[in-house]
Amino acid sequence: MIIDLQRFIDEEKKYWAELESVLDRLERDPLKKMNLSELKRFHYLYQRTSSGLARVMGLSAETEIRRYLESLVGHAYAEVHELREKSRRFSPLRWFFEVFPQTVRQHMRAFILALGITAFGFAIGGVAISIDKEAKSIILPFSHLQVDPSERVAYEEKTGAIKDRLAGKKATFSAFLMTHNTRVSLFTFAMGFTWGIGTVILLFYNGVILGAVALDFFHAGQSTFLLGWLLPHGAIEIPAIILAGQAGFVLAGALIGWGRRISFKKRLRTVAPELVTLLCGLALMLVWAGIVEAFFSQYHAPVIPYDAKIIFGAMELIALILFFGFSGKSKERPHAKD
Amino acid sequence: MQRTNTLHIKTPEGITFSLLLAGPVARFLAWVIDFACILVIMMALNIGVQVTQIVSFDFAQAAAILSYFLVSIGYGILCEWYYKGQTVGKRLMSVRVMDIQGLRLQFNQIVIRNLLRFIDSIPVCYLVGGLSCLLSPKSQRLGDLAANTIVTRESKIPRPDLEQILPHKYNSLRDHPHLVARLRQRISPREANIAIQALLRRNELDPLSRLDLFARIAAHFKKIISYPHEVIDGITEEQFVRNVVDALVRR
Repeated sequence: MIIDLQRFIDEEKKYWAELESVLDRLERDPLKKMNLSELKRFHYLYQRTSSGLARVMGLSAETEIRRYLESLVGHAYAEVHELREKSRRFSPLRWFFEVFPQTVRQHMRAFILALGITAFGFAIGGVAISIDKEAKSIILPFSHLQVDPSERVAYEEKTGAIKDRLAGKKATFSAFLMTHNTRVSLFTFAMGFTWGIGTVILLFYNGVILGAVALDFFHAGQSTFLLGWLLPHGAIEIPAIILAGQAGFVLAGALIGWGRRISFKKRLRTVAPELVTLLCGLALMLVWAGIVEAFFSQYHAPVIPYDAKIIFGAMELIALILFFGFSGKSKERPHAKD
Repeated sequence: MQRTNTLHIKTPEGITFSLLLAGPVARFLAWVIDFACILVIMMALNIGVQVTQIVSFDFAQAAAILSYFLVSIGYGILCEWYYKGQTVGKRLMSVRVMDIQGLRLQFNQIVIRNLLRFIDSIPVCYLVGGLSCLLSPKSQRLGDLAANTIVTRESKIPRPDLEQILPHKYNSLRDHPHLVARLRQRISPREANIAIQALLRRNELDPLSRLDLFARIAAHFKKIISYPHEVIDGITEEQFVRNVVDALVRR
């Protein structure tokens, strides 16, 4: 308890002013690193000001000084205290080859759930188009998918041999695909906030479209064209969207917190770095898929033989499975599965 | 949970300090400014894109699409990371994103709160985020809830000028220690603060209002305790209030 406020302020105000100037410097130069002696001084000033605040708290009459000291302590507190573990220096290669696949494996149940919902949608879309051809106009809201698959294949092969439809537009098309697919994926993840319901709907609908297209081409006897067309980019793009669903379910799981005795805040704090890893990883996958789709997938036989495209796509898929299955496994730390 | 505009944080040293939470209006205005900033950046980038069209129209179009996407998503992430929780709009509106425990923001918190704008911004004009902000106890939009962040008001509080309140003059009240003790016991913090504020702002008042205000405060203090004549005679109402404040905060 302070009895003589005047004397207290006379003694302390120089320390408050010094702390204020350090905080101002940090504000002006956010990347500034303090050396050891500066850090010690900063810590001392913080503790001295905190102690002053504690003493002013006992003095009922002085709200202005209390507010001023609270503001100083509040700013300094964020700079001084960081109880969470600091990650070691960021290495992009280590992150990509170790952290990313490890994170996918860590939340394998969420991945399987996302894959299962997509597969279920695929089956429903396939059955719908097999039973009722008219369903095509409802299920597939894209004009280029409304035509008869055989006619489309004939048109693509004929015109593709004469001229490059995407000449002078490949980079633009690729950029459009990258940004569009990333947006859809981020939205699929964000819908995890609806306790996963929105994520389920988006994954299911994506599966329905895929199933309807696949079975439409299959019934028309154009399976080879379909594989050659979809596999090169789809081998990466579809798993990326499933990863977005996985991230959405991880978020939903943290929100719901079944059977976990940790608080809501703690659950979300725990999964936050893993969500960012999944999202950054899938964004990179979609960049690759966008390039492949614009520069490779849209060219059909006789320009690029279907076998070559299918082999390329199959190799990508195998590489992806091996990557998620084994990359960084030797350096994996034991942790709780989701 | 009860809605509040203040978040109290207890430090490991046992000190409690409070952070004022930013309201939806300040946050919305900050967002409008940031949106304008994104438009300005896009216009600047478009000029660059126009130049590259000379080399390749296709490349220029691709660069425009990618740069718009990266700027619209990356602006908030990069600004909040570099300026420790602030964007240009937030700086101008004096608001800041902070960890809910008052700790330094982590990069993944910034990424998550910015990526969840996808859900906060639906269906239009941040309706979901705005409603969440209004309904949540700590004015958090969904992105803030997921990232464990809050948005605080960052008003800089100036150092108070104590010399103005306590000039070293004779105080007749100090000749009566029992009165000083009684004053400290009976005058509430709120009442004392009103007197201090009146003294601090006295030069901002016109003469009549100043006389009236100090007369009313003095009358109130005189009602609480009865003073001997030698304490109150011959001094102005303002001097009397000054003496009371002096007695309250000095030994």
